[in-house]
Amino acid sequence: MEFFQVFIELAQSTVRLSTPLILAALAGLFTERAGVFDIGLEGKMLGAAFAAGSVAYITQSVYMGLGAAILVSVLLALVHGYASITQRGSQIVSGVAINFVVAGSTVILGEAWFRQGGRTPALSADGRFGTIKLPFADAVREVPILGQIYSGLLSGHSPLTYLAFLMVPASWWILYRTRFGLRLRAVGENPGAVDTAGISVIWLRYRAVICCGILCGIAGAYLSLAANAGFTKGMTAGKGYIALAALIFAKWRPKNILFACLLFGFLDAFAIRYQGYAFPLIGKVPVQLMQALPYILTVILLAGFIGKAIPPKAGGVPYVKER
Amino acid sequence: MSVPYAKLPAWAEYGLIPLVNLAVAFLISGLVVLIVGESPLEAAYHMINGAFGRGEYIGFTLYYTTTFIFTGLAVAVAFHCGLFNIGGEGQAYIGGIGVALACLAFDRTLPWYLVFPIAIVGAAFFGALWAMIPGWLQAKRGSHIVITTIMFNFIAASLMNYLLNKVFKPLGNMSLETRTFDTGGQLPKLDWLMSIFGLSVGSAPFNISFLLALLAAFGVWVLIWRTKLGYEMRTMGHSPAAARYAGIKEARIIVIAMMISGGLAGMMALNPIMGEQFRMQLDFVQGAGFVGIAVALMGRSHPAGIIPAALLFGMLYQGGAEISFEMPSISRDMIVIIQGLVILFAGALEHMFRPAITRIILGLSPKTRDVAATKGA
Amino acid sequence: MSELAIELKGIDKSFGLVHANRNIDLKVRKGTIHGIIGENGAGKSTLMSILYGFYQADHGDILIDGRKVDIRDPNAAIAAGIGMVHQHFMLVENFTVLENIMLGAEESQVLNAGITKARAELKRLEKEYALEVDPDAVIEELPVGIQQRVEILKALYRRADILILDEPTGVLTPAEADHLFRILGQLKDEGKTVLLITHKLREIMAITDEVSVMRRGEMVATRTTKETSVEELAELMVGRRVLLRVEKGEAKPGDVKLSVKNLTVRDSRGVTMVDDVSFDIRAGEIVGIAGVAGNGQSELLEAISGIHRATSGTVLLNGRPVDVTGHADPAELRKSGLAHVPEDRHHVGLVLKFEESENAILGYHDDPKYRKGLLLDIDAIRAEAEEKIAAYDIRPPNPRLKTANFSGGNQQKIVLAREMERSPDVLIIGQPTRGVDVGAIEFIHRRIIEMRDQGKAVLLVSVELDEIRALSDRILVMFAGRVVGERAPDASEGELGLLMAGVEGSKEAAE
Repeated sequence: MEFFQVFIELAQSTVRLSTPLILAALAGLFTERAGVFDIGLEGKMLGAAFAAGSVAYITQSVYMGLGAAILVSVLLALVHGYASITQRGSQIVSGVAINFVVAGSTVILGEAWFRQGGRTPALSADGRFGTIKLPFADAVREVPILGQIYSGLLSGHSPLTYLAFLMVPASWWILYRTRFGLRLRAVGENPGAVDTAGISVIWLRYRAVICCGILCGIAGAYLSLAANAGFTKGMTAGKGYIALAALIFAKWRPKNILFACLLFGFLDAFAIRYQGYAFPLIGKVPVQLMQALPYILTVILLAGFIGKAIPPKAGGVPYVKER
Repeated sequence: MSVPYAKLPAWAEYGLIPLVNLAVAFLISGLVVLIVGESPLEAAYHMINGAFGRGEYIGFTLYYTTTFIFTGLAVAVAFHCGLFNIGGEGQAYIGGIGVALACLAFDRTLPWYLVFPIAIVGAAFFGALWAMIPGWLQAKRGSHIVITTIMFNFIAASLMNYLLNKVFKPLGNMSLETRTFDTGGQLPKLDWLMSIFGLSVGSAPFNISFLLALLAAFGVWVLIWRTKLGYEMRTMGHSPAAARYAGIKEARIIVIAMMISGGLAGMMALNPIMGEQFRMQLDFVQGAGFVGIAVALMGRSHPAGIIPAALLFGMLYQGGAEISFEMPSISRDMIVIIQGLVILFAGALEHMFRPAITRIILGLSPKTRDVAATKGA
Repeated sequence: MSELAIELKGIDKSFGLVHANRNIDLKVRKGTIHGIIGENGAGKSTLMSILYGFYQADHGDILIDGRKVDIRDPNAAIAAGIGMVHQHFMLVENFTVLENIMLGAEESQVLNAGITKARAELKRLEKEYALEVDPDAVIEELPVGIQQRVEILKALYRRADILILDEPTGVLTPAEADHLFRILGQLKDEGKTVLLITHKLREIMAITDEVSVMRRGEMVATRTTKETSVEELAELMVGRRVLLRVEKGEAKPGDVKLSVKNLTVRDSRGVTMVDDVSFDIRAGEIVGIAGVAGNGQSELLEAISGIHRATSGTVLLNGRPVDVTGHADPAELRKSGLAHVPEDRHHVGLVLKFEESENAILGYHDDPKYRKGLLLDIDAIRAEAEEKIAAYDIRPPNPRLKTANFSGGNQQKIVLAREMERSPDVLIIGQPTRGVDVGAIEFIHRRIIEMRDQGKAVLLVSVELDEIRALSDRILVMFAGRVVGERAPDASEGELGLLMAGVEGSKEAAE
């Protein structure tokens, strides 16, 4: 039973830690499937988290915070979009640049406005997302196994978490069952085909980039409004890159993204829980190894299992009409 | 209207446009300063004064420039081979191991001019090693080098943390650093060079690794444009299909390019470790790897552009320290913002002002118009 | 209601300093097949792109059916009833046929709603024009000829009255081309108008009613096809009398220099592209490989030159075996006497961003004569480049100019100079005159014959049957990865066409 208890706790942690990854990876999915590569998921999440933390504090409203997060993230996404689509610049360079600008700006602005060393002031309950208790969660808590799963694992999460998990099938539906999705996938494979069919490549890609912005905004808001009580300096801590790795690992498909993010979330949960723990046979695992584990595993996965994953054919290449 | 396609004279292409991009980056940074409630002009004054106002300040500026020349060259070499090496940060970090090992082993027994070459080899070796793995993964397994090098940066940070904690730190110390080096592990300052210009270096750690950096810049130029290896790298960078046709082995050239890149990044470690701190501390790299990206982009991956670009960022760093001293609400993170904006305008948005500039130039002088005509597509 | 489907008045378009279309007037009558011919760089593609809304003309008017229209994007063109079948298909490879056809005309946001209707309409079109395709087939698995049908169906699905076809027969066998022409004839009978862009004079003579000739951005002439001839059109295209045949003497074949035995090549997807191919090439002869693009010729060249690994088989170069299935590499092959002019000079044969002198040593940069100590000897490299420029009349004669600034023909000369001047034993050439202006074509053909006369073994691959027949001493035809026949160069086009289409008479494989 003790094992089961540990399982539930780890699973719970996994779900919480996967939430921003899922949202960010789905964000990346929309933009990359449309042919715009985005390394800037990290920057958008960070900017969004900062905006959420700041506005939620000032307005004492969690929804204003969420709105601000999405707005900032979409703005950043549009900058990246402008550089990549209209200016046809290097998409990787643009992403890297935005990450820097955001990293620096959040600290400078945070310090200037709140004078707390780069963080936003702690949020009260109004400024945060509470958790949702699923119906009957209390009632079935005592039921062995199934009840515990229901009340301990499935229930009690932030509304943004449920939203994140719902976004997976929603994204699938949008991509594969709507006109928008068809065109979006087409423009990432052969923008010429889209252009010649009378559809604006540029507007389509901008819309994809905006979708990315929205989802990253929610991811960032989750960090500062749900997982924590406010923004702290550098709080994304590389999650944007892990989400990107998950996206690639998932071969740019929504269903796989869910599993990839859960896996990485699990690794994180495992590392946190077993920090300093003396394992049988192996002994004490250095805390630094635990910290590095997600990155090491990502590299191993990229090297071993994926090998040459095939990205969208027109990905990373700005669209120029043939002369 | 297809003015953008016209070819501009060289001075506009390599001089004016980068300057305009730079100016815009600074303008926007100035806006951020305004938003924070401070005066951009005052900030600019402190920056320039802080960077060049005294011999000592110039010394600091050149000290930072040294670091950025190395990391800028590192990124540039990889760029020529078509690779985006974002891992300079981690490679520089790991390069520090090589420097530390050399110094810890020989600082008491050998003079600095013997320890220095050993440390150079060590730094380059370890830096190259850390770059070789992502390079090999890209070459043989197709793993995207941008992602792997980002991951390796994080892994390097954890690894160094562990090493400093468990291996290098003398027992009983609280801070994560090696013991202080003896004279063998200390590089002499370039005070004699400064006194030629009538300046005093003061407390600035401007040291001999600056000369090594200049040498490295020259070496990179020779490598890229005057050697067979450089020719192969450039071919690869422009067209992998042509490289294959020409009999250039893709995997080999990618790994070699990454190793040279990593080695240059690793050599950056000599500057702070042997030139300033005389020990290896936690995070002695302090973002230099990323500045290298900005420097390489601004300098168009050419040593002749990288050196001034590195100087610019040296000025930003030193001037930035002065700003944060005089105007406490603008911390060093401001530099990160400027860095990002420079990367944005010099890298991704580099053609943004081209149409306007082209119109102005071609409109101004019939002569330049004719020059453009004969050179045009 | 006008009798003109399209009228262009004074269309003018420049790209910077390149004046692509100069004051073009064009009248296309309804219900006709109107040909547009011209060399590369004549401006045909630009003109069509303007008509289809990819570009906007700087000056000039477009009248469709007598009414002035402003075609600012492909949507406007489609609305005006114009459909385009591109030379390089604009299809999404991993979509199905149905998805490709629906793209842009999906009817509704939720796809499922429009799919049934689309299927029905597609079926109707297929029957009406004999353009059968499986709507659920994935594009990348379809043969190229079928993919083109999808392109045509796309235009018809959007109710095009005017159909523009840009070089449609490059990827078709003669039989498929005939089928296409029948379809075009049918469209014409129904009152649709067809604009056929091609450089193949024979096609023009075969099916067009009228033909307009473009040269250097200008519309030089319009003729009624019945009243003109191939010679007249060629002369109009180029501006001077053109020799359509190249002079060559008898071949004197010597020893076998290149021997290919049972060569099989599978591509990265596991599809067999070259299937058990065997042939020999002797010194002093030109062996031409005819065939429609995509039947394994490219893979054959890549395997022999070491660029792509072969799956099985042997290749002997000068009698010595080459490890084509393992570690053979282009550098080694060059040293053993093989030179290769690749099909794609833009991305394979040249590095466009390099200076001309840098491209002059591509593949041979290892040669000690280009080095002085550890470094490259730039002076020596440039000096040699200047020699080659003079010998091959490469213009402009500037070895420091970036290769992208040279015209197609001159670029090809750079490649040829590089590969031929090394005096290789075996020269393999792919598409030597693709995208090359007629003047340079003559030069290049003469050089190839010279190589043969100097005792080199030449393997020539080209999709231009005329070129193969003009230059080869022996012709091998490839279809679906196999050599399906060997013929003498005086074999009829019909006979070769049948072989190219996979119709095998008596099964002959070259030894």
